Amino acid sequence: MNKTLFDKVWDSHVVHNINNGPDVLFIDRHMVHEVTSPVAFLGLKNRKAKVLFPEKTFATADHNTPTKNQHLPIKDPLSANQLKALEENSKLHGISYWGLGHKKNGIVHVIGPEYGITQPGATIVCGDSHTSTHGAFGAIAFGIGTSEVEMVLSTQCIMQPKPKKMRINIDGKLNKGVTPKDVALFIISKLSTSGATGYFVEYSGNVFTEMSMEGRMTVCNLSIEMGARGGMIAPDKKTFDYLKNREFSPKGENWKKTMKYWLTLKSDKNAIFDKEINFDGNKIEPMITYGTNPGMGMSITNGIPKTINQNSGTKTYHKALEYMNFNEGESMLGKKIDFVFLGSCTNGRIEDFRAFTEIIKGKKKAPNVTAWLVPGSHKVEQAIKDEGLLATLEDAGFELREPGCSACLAMNDDKIPAGKYAVSTSNRNFEGRQGPGSRTLLASPLVAAAAAITGTVTDPRTLY
Amino acid sequence: MAYDRFNLLNSSAVPLPIENIDTDQIIPARFLKATERIGFGNNLFRDWRFDSKNKPKKNFVLNNNTYSGKILVGGKNFGSGSSREHAAWAIYDYGFRCVVSSFFADIFRNNCLNIGVLPVQVSPKFLEIIFNEIYKKPKTKIKVDLRKQVIGIIDRQVFESFEINEYKKENMLNGYDDIDYLMNIKSSIEKFAKNRPL
Repeated sequence: MNKTLFDKVWDSHVVHNINNGPDVLFIDRHMVHEVTSPVAFLGLKNRKAKVLFPEKTFATADHNTPTKNQHLPIKDPLSANQLKALEENSKLHGISYWGLGHKKNGIVHVIGPEYGITQPGATIVCGDSHTSTHGAFGAIAFGIGTSEVEMVLSTQCIMQPKPKKMRINIDGKLNKGVTPKDVALFIISKLSTSGATGYFVEYSGNVFTEMSMEGRMTVCNLSIEMGARGGMIAPDKKTFDYLKNREFSPKGENWKKTMKYWLTLKSDKNAIFDKEINFDGNKIEPMITYGTNPGMGMSITNGIPKTINQNSGTKTYHKALEYMNFNEGESMLGKKIDFVFLGSCTNGRIEDFRAFTEIIKGKKKAPNVTAWLVPGSHKVEQAIKDEGLLATLEDAGFELREPGCSACLAMNDDKIPAGKYAVSTSNRNFEGRQGPGSRTLLASPLVAAAAAITGTVTDPRTLY
Repeated sequence: MAYDRFNLLNSSAVPLPIENIDTDQIIPARFLKATERIGFGNNLFRDWRFDSKNKPKKNFVLNNNTYSGKILVGGKNFGSGSSREHAAWAIYDYGFRCVVSSFFADIFRNNCLNIGVLPVQVSPKFLEIIFNEIYKKPKTKIKVDLRKQVIGIIDRQVFESFEINEYKKENMLNGYDDIDYLMNIKSSIEKFAKNRPL
């Protein structure tokens, strides 16, 4: 056999194949949030259609929610209206809704795995590009548009041509201070933001097999930032241990039966990929971005690359550096920063808070820095408290906010002001992404913690 | 019928020769709070188009009367980033029916096809020719023939063919959408679902 993991999962979900056209792909799990769903529900209403399998759709509120005083009514009438729409639509169609205030509430890509909704071999979609996160479990998971949300609601299928397959293999031992986020930013800096467009990526090599599930989620999450439809990692004992006894995981006899299937989910020895790329894990260093897309990243100790080496066109490159107010050749180390954001579906899980706390332990937050620490879910929030991380964070002058997407896309009040610099553990450094005129430096939780303590871009390896 | 039919477009075009234009630029997240598909064109390229006091920025192409038309021509890797269909809606609502680039991000391309905006991928060389021609003659007509899968500059008589899969092409020519198709095969979907373990 020469099938890839991706082939195995995709092929088993094809309901119908259209000649010279897309596949009709069956969707096992559909996650829904407040921003990309209302127009889909409206479409359903206009067509007088019903949700075909309400039990396969899960709704939560995360993009547009406050991260302070969630128990109070939402001030912004538009945001309040959008949340109300999701609540009403969920109720009308019999979809489970974990809205604001619900104990299972959190970022859609954090709670999916936490409750075992995410499973190996499943097809998972959501109207959000970072749905690729769920690929960490050996699922095919990717973001879709609102028209497709309507398709899934009404027919549990979407129509897409099968993408090409790419394997990214990284072997080696990661250096001190190098986290899964650095591995992902490193790959994107090599491939660019369009280097994997048209492909679905499988990550392989001991760097990924040795990674925790949280780390794998961070890597798969960022697959979209190199243009890939999604990324996935073959499930293994770590995956199964993570899922065992979660609310929606199979139980008892069913667990054993499902496990038999899950164990088949790996690429065959002679599997054929359209493209294979290898990197050396030993050579990866802590990363930081200096520009206005996630591909504009480098080792934190390097200088900003020269224009002449850019293939994105000098005009576009200059525009990005001008926006950031950086110059080619400059070092990033020592640059003054104003904000630190720890959170998002990329780095808002418990492991990220552990890493951050490890650096700030026994130190004090720099007075010039505003830090927003936003857990990915109530479950993460609870673990932060239970593990004693909160006390350490508070001793160092930090406070914990309530779960949500927050400053990652700044739809709520968590906006970085114009011209200010934020070291962010999120996923996008686009112009204005974190607020109009904001300047984002993407980095790992360790680099974010180092910046929070020193008030400047700092190599975390110098602090512990 | 789910959206306007697309067959032949003959229009001047608006040039935006910037690479990696992401969907956050096309429509920033703070304008995604609506629950209906109304008015997104007003906020198309909001932060490139207007300053922080909501005054139009003179140097941005949408604020320059010299350029107009139903075709938007963008740099390589157009529409990267967020899956928000609002980006395609904003482009449509502003009045564009076709986006031309040398490379599109996947989700954005799908979203366009699903709402009746035609994404036309041309070679980097042809893109350069289009940009140059628009800057020389801002009202030059560009012809997009979906049935023949050809795009060209009429005055210059230069043409290039473009790809689109047969299914999507038929959809656009007729204004059908995927839901129409899926609804028609609902019984086979239900049958398929019975054999899924999850």
